[in-house]
Amino acid sequence: MSELLTLKYTVHGDNFTGAGEASVSMKRELRQLGFDANVIRRAAIAMYEGEINMVIHAEGGEAEVIISEDRIEIILRDEGPGIANVELAMKDGFSTAQDNIRALGFGAGMGLPNMKRYSDDMRIETEIGKGTTVYMTILSDSPKNAL
Amino acid sequence: MKISEIASLLDAEVLCGKENLGGEVKSACGSDMMSDVLAFVKDQAVLLTGLLNPQVIRTAMMMDMQCVVFVRGKKPTPDVLALAENCKLTVLTTNERLYTACGKLYAAGLRGGDLIE
Repeated sequence: MSELLTLKYTVHGDNFTGAGEASVSMKRELRQLGFDANVIRRAAIAMYEGEINMVIHAEGGEAEVIISEDRIEIILRDEGPGIANVELAMKDGFSTAQDNIRALGFGAGMGLPNMKRYSDDMRIETEIGKGTTVYMTILSDSPKNAL
Repeated sequence: MKISEIASLLDAEVLCGKENLGGEVKSACGSDMMSDVLAFVKDQAVLLTGLLNPQVIRTAMMMDMQCVVFVRGKKPTPDVLALAENCKLTVLTTNERLYTACGKLYAAGLRGGDLIE
């Protein structure tokens, strides 16, 4: 399928207040392109959790969204500490976030599981001390649209 | 239930989004943990919370909600309210605590809606 639009964002790591701005912008673009509301919601939540993760754990990073008719691909790149044990990090409730983050309503170990739950495909490349890249695909036509 | 009824049941002050008080909502949720809202909540239109940061508004936006109710008389800062106004969310504040506020709405027929498995 042909590519409709590519969006690029910088996620600033020093600013929890601004976390989510890229997701809001992407959501607006997807709405203008006429995507189904469930597809938009899945993409927005997956990206939002990813953005929050980049702010909490990695001092920010870069987000790229490649929009085609049949899919939305989200790539989140950071130069943070990396994830020591991806399998463990994917478990509901596992978190290395500090209490100050929990006080803000996040850091309950739901971020990565939520990203997996709402995307049709998710892949994590990570290296300790170098950073993490998360690739997520949200398909326009997917049984997950019923979520 | 209309958002105006929610405001009335909770004796709440409308902080923004007065124009949408006639909007009809079918279910609500109450939580201070936004990740839980993002994980388990489906088709809920109202979020009751004691948390007061911009991520509450963004979470509601991501979930396509219509109304946020701050409990225990809390009022967000003007920049948080501006964010809500920008996305046409109605924001209320009530002196009730979270448990009581949820209980009053539930007793009046506003249920919790489906959970995502």
